[in-house]
Amino acid sequence: MSTLTAGAPAKQRTPLRPARILLHVFLAGTALAWLAPLLWAVLAALRPYSETSTKGYVSWPDKLSLDNFKNAFTQSDMLHYFGNTLLIAVPAVLITLVLSSMVAFYVSRFDFRLNIALLLVFTAGNLLPQQVIITPLYRLYLLVDLPGVTMSGKLYDSALGLVLIHVAFQSGFCAFVLSNYMRMLPHELTEAALVDGASVWRQYWQIVLPLCKPAMAALGTLLSIWIYNDFFWAIVLISTGENMPITSALNNLSGQYFTDPNLVAAGALLTAIPTLIVYFVLQRQFVSGLTLGANKG
Amino acid sequence: MTTDINTKSPEAAAVPPAGPAPVKRVPQGHKRLLTRRDRITLAFMAGVPTVLHVALVWVTALASIALAFTSWDGIGFGSIKWVGLDNFKQLFTDNPQFWPAVEHNIIWFVVLILIPTPFGLFLAVQLDKNIRFSRVYQTAFFLPVVVSLAVTGFVWQLVYNPDTGLINSLIGANKPGHYIDWIGDPHLNLWAVLIAASWRHTGYMMILYLAGLKGVDPSLREASSLDGANEWQTFKNVIFPTLRPTNTVVLVVTIIEALRAFDLVFVFNKGAQGTELLSILITNNIIGESSRIGYGSAIAVVLLVISLAVIIPYLIATFRKERRA
Repeated sequence: MSTLTAGAPAKQRTPLRPARILLHVFLAGTALAWLAPLLWAVLAALRPYSETSTKGYVSWPDKLSLDNFKNAFTQSDMLHYFGNTLLIAVPAVLITLVLSSMVAFYVSRFDFRLNIALLLVFTAGNLLPQQVIITPLYRLYLLVDLPGVTMSGKLYDSALGLVLIHVAFQSGFCAFVLSNYMRMLPHELTEAALVDGASVWRQYWQIVLPLCKPAMAALGTLLSIWIYNDFFWAIVLISTGENMPITSALNNLSGQYFTDPNLVAAGALLTAIPTLIVYFVLQRQFVSGLTLGANKG
Repeated sequence: MTTDINTKSPEAAAVPPAGPAPVKRVPQGHKRLLTRRDRITLAFMAGVPTVLHVALVWVTALASIALAFTSWDGIGFGSIKWVGLDNFKQLFTDNPQFWPAVEHNIIWFVVLILIPTPFGLFLAVQLDKNIRFSRVYQTAFFLPVVVSLAVTGFVWQLVYNPDTGLINSLIGANKPGHYIDWIGDPHLNLWAVLIAASWRHTGYMMILYLAGLKGVDPSLREASSLDGANEWQTFKNVIFPTLRPTNTVVLVVTIIEALRAFDLVFVFNKGAQGTELLSILITNNIIGESSRIGYGSAIAVVLLVISLAVIIPYLIATFRKERRA
């Protein structure tokens, strides 16, 4: 990522050779090809269905408008599903960060015999395909009665259920990354605090955690996008279409409300917009989080 | 929860130092300075996340194994019947979807490791050359990784749709009689989905390799070019060998991705003929009409065994290295 800042000196370092130009042509061409499917979707979403159905999709657009986006958004009440996602993703990200940082603190700061085993369990669990555990999990969610706690009266078909499985599943990865990070912090920091009589909680909350801000920011970005993008858990663990987060709801909406390809394109792109915003604003965090603990599946 | 509330106000609590607790035992390291309250805090801090993770991930994984040897209709625990290896026998011999699914999972991995992975590495090497606009190119290649697989599925459907899609419109195959059904044709659909999957995987691999390349000592490259090696020789003999840790990660990530493959196929055609995958079989067994818990668990066990065969050696190697460091 340092290449951006290196832009100015690069000018004097590398005179433009033919090979360089060729490389730029190749990269620009490939990058454009990479964006093509998304751009195609944007184009389809911008054109009215009446026009594309008569002229065909590969034709010069006469009229471009945001109508499809407007219609997709209002007809299917997308706002409601964005709300559902918010209700799931925000608590899930926060709880995951808190819990995994606590485990990481324990594992990295106190050399108890358990620590490697504990970290192994967490990391291995995170690498499992979700489908390995889904059958018993589905049954478990149906069995747990929570009258009055969730709308459905069960863990099944509830936001709470989704938050729990996200936290349980993602904390493995975060604990691994954070414990590596905390291990790099000088041990003297907490040792001095310990000698001064600071409690364990205080060492965690006031000394270690503030130093982990960069790692926490990276993980928070990564988690937000992953949880937002989750499709599988909600498809299986939510039965009422109304309760689905946006990414999973897309599947139902595409049959019900998004009746033509142009509306499907608009709906899909609208769903992608929040992730794109987060990515463009917090690109550095996202990428560093991904490479920080590159063992993520 | 009560211990949590108590320990959240540590100023008052912790100032009178260690009670009698540390005197009794002969602990080592940090332990000796811990008060009883600290021990409770620590137990809570490690315990709550562990219990949640183990209960929802590992207990359910073990339950999958146990249920795979039973037949159960899901109504009351009394109806759980031990059936031994029946589910597996039936799965291996009777299920027309099982072996195709295994084959498709393997194809998925082979395609990902042979095409987008080397291409991602190639892009990373090019982008690591300190060229201008590197960040712009990276953003383009990485965009598919950020967008959810569900959205990716819908976007690619706009490309593949036999009537209105980009490909058929371009090659004139969108007229009746000339249809190429990229999504419905069982000889084509797996490859169509794999193109979309590769589109995404390339960017992911590129980012992993870029991070790996940043860690390569620049003096190695210099020494190699001083010795008269050309670009390809330098890469092959100097750079690539030093990327070994990244290669391991890439291999594991790719295998796991191949085993996890689900969203794209589910959005495309729900895993109809031609695109069966283990993950899809398990899921359809749950949300389909005829849910057979034991049988679905047996498929999950197959997936679990393959996954652990990859995960365990990898983690052991990783942690062993860490211990040495």
